[in-house]
Amino acid sequence: MFDLILEMFSYSFIIRAVIVGIMVSLCSALLGVPLVLKRYSMIGDGLSHVGFGALAVASAMNTAPLKIAIPIVVLAAFLLLRISNNSKIKGDSAIAVISTGSLAIGVIILSVSKGMNTDIYNYLFGSILAMSTEDVLLSVILSLVVLLIFILFYHRIFSVTLDETFAKATGIKVNVYNMILAALTAVTVVLGMRMMGAMLISALIIFPDVSSMNISYTYKGVTFFAIIISIFSLISGICVSYIFSLPTGASIVTINLLIYIVCSMIKRRN
Amino acid sequence: MQIIKCENITLSYNKEKIVKDLSFDVIDGEYICIIGENGTGKSTLVKAILGLVNPESGKIKYSGVKQNEIGYISQTSAIADNFPASVYEIVLSGCLNRKVFMPFYSKKDKEKADYYINHLELDEIKKKTFSSLSGGQKQRVLLARALCATKKVLLLDEPTASLDPVATKEFYEIIYDLNRQHNITIITVSHDIDNSLKYADRIINLSKDSFKIYRPDELITKGDKNNV
Ligand SMILES: Nc1ncnc2c1ncn2[C@@H]1O[C@H](COP(=O)(O)OP(=O)(O)OP(=O)(O)O)[C@@H](O)[C@H]1O
Ligand SMILES: [Mg+2]
Repeated sequence: MFDLILEMFSYSFIIRAVIVGIMVSLCSALLGVPLVLKRYSMIGDGLSHVGFGALAVASAMNTAPLKIAIPIVVLAAFLLLRISNNSKIKGDSAIAVISTGSLAIGVIILSVSKGMNTDIYNYLFGSILAMSTEDVLLSVILSLVVLLIFILFYHRIFSVTLDETFAKATGIKVNVYNMILAALTAVTVVLGMRMMGAMLISALIIFPDVSSMNISYTYKGVTFFAIIISIFSLISGICVSYIFSLPTGASIVTINLLIYIVCSMIKRRN
Repeated sequence: MQIIKCENITLSYNKEKIVKDLSFDVIDGEYICIIGENGTGKSTLVKAILGLVNPESGKIKYSGVKQNEIGYISQTSAIADNFPASVYEIVLSGCLNRKVFMPFYSKKDKEKADYYINHLELDEIKKKTFSSLSGGQKQRVLLARALCATKKVLLLDEPTASLDPVATKEFYEIIYDLNRQHNITIITVSHDIDNSLKYADRIINLSKDSFKIYRPDELITKGDKNNV
């Protein structure tokens, strides 16, 4: 088994996946805390479907996927944020309309342009082989930017997540921080999508955070454990998927699920 | 000096007028009590002063006070049950509003938070999670946060509703002390007529379709305290 893991790390595509995976897991674990607490996790899910549509467009046009997908998904994030803040529209169903709509259009574009079902499968459920060296570089740089911005606004995002009314009343620009949060989420979703797939990327945002909320009761603690859980399940998920020849994204999510079950049992005990 | 000027404001929800044509000034260092029956628009008035609801007509003007110099305690806490945050994290977040470029808390911010935590006797529960506290403890945490955010004005919406008599008395004393010693303008909503009369410089009495503004002594000399 140890030999197998050593062998695994001799493949450069695995190294690439691990590097990008760690960066994306870090970002998604951090962003997940405010997103889950603000009940914005639907936005993450919606964005991944929009991202699928955008990647399909990029692939049909034979252009670099990230350069097309990131601006589209960031715009979609602002739109979804507006919808979910505007109580007059039925937020949930509007988000569902946008996300399933993009998914359907993406599937049609992919099947018309390439006619290959494996592409659709890879976009939906992720592929560890998807990343080129250039992609890795761009992904690492973008995740570093996301991390930096998140850390700089960490306390303000906390305040806006905790109590928007108080924040607004005391002069904090709530909308600005909500938009920052939405944009960072959009970038993270796109970066993680090709490895995790459109169907599974939002799990990376939600699972580590709901798990850690079972074992910690301070914001800092929840953030800390979310990071640990996220990175642990990423690395062990990649190992499991290699050893048993299972799809990578699904393996990572399954490990997250197991951790979630363990964490909720720990909570029950206390 | 007038720091807040409300000129003929009308407040409404979906065209239903709640407060009609109200005008008053708030003078620097004043202690104002807003009283009135349930549903007469006290909370709505406070929210309008904070800019959380826009008046249908009329104007609210600030002079010499900025939005980020105001502290606030809302009538019902907007903090979700089970929100994972410690008392210290919440109190400290009150310091954020006047930080412009600095992303992290300074030593001064932490000292300020610790000062109010100590002042409000929250030391023992400083590390506890907010959702595990009693109603009165929560209220004191929210006051500490509001005090961290306050530089000139403090708006309180029924702050003593969940406090026991001893804590209520202490609460009023703390507020009064801030008002007199630190010249913080207080605008508070209260159903507690006795304490309002004792501490307030002026009282705004809202009722359905009308309002009265007076000084406590005017009320006492007229002897119609019971008609408030
Ligand atoms: N968000 C809202 N949407 C529609 N109507 C509202 C809203 N908030 C308050 N109202 C209505 O406005 C009126 C005034 O409400 P407000 O909360 O200001 O009363 P209040 O004087 O603070 O009462 P209480 O003593 O019960 O706190 C009420 O009739 C209420 O039904
Ligand atoms: Mg009220």
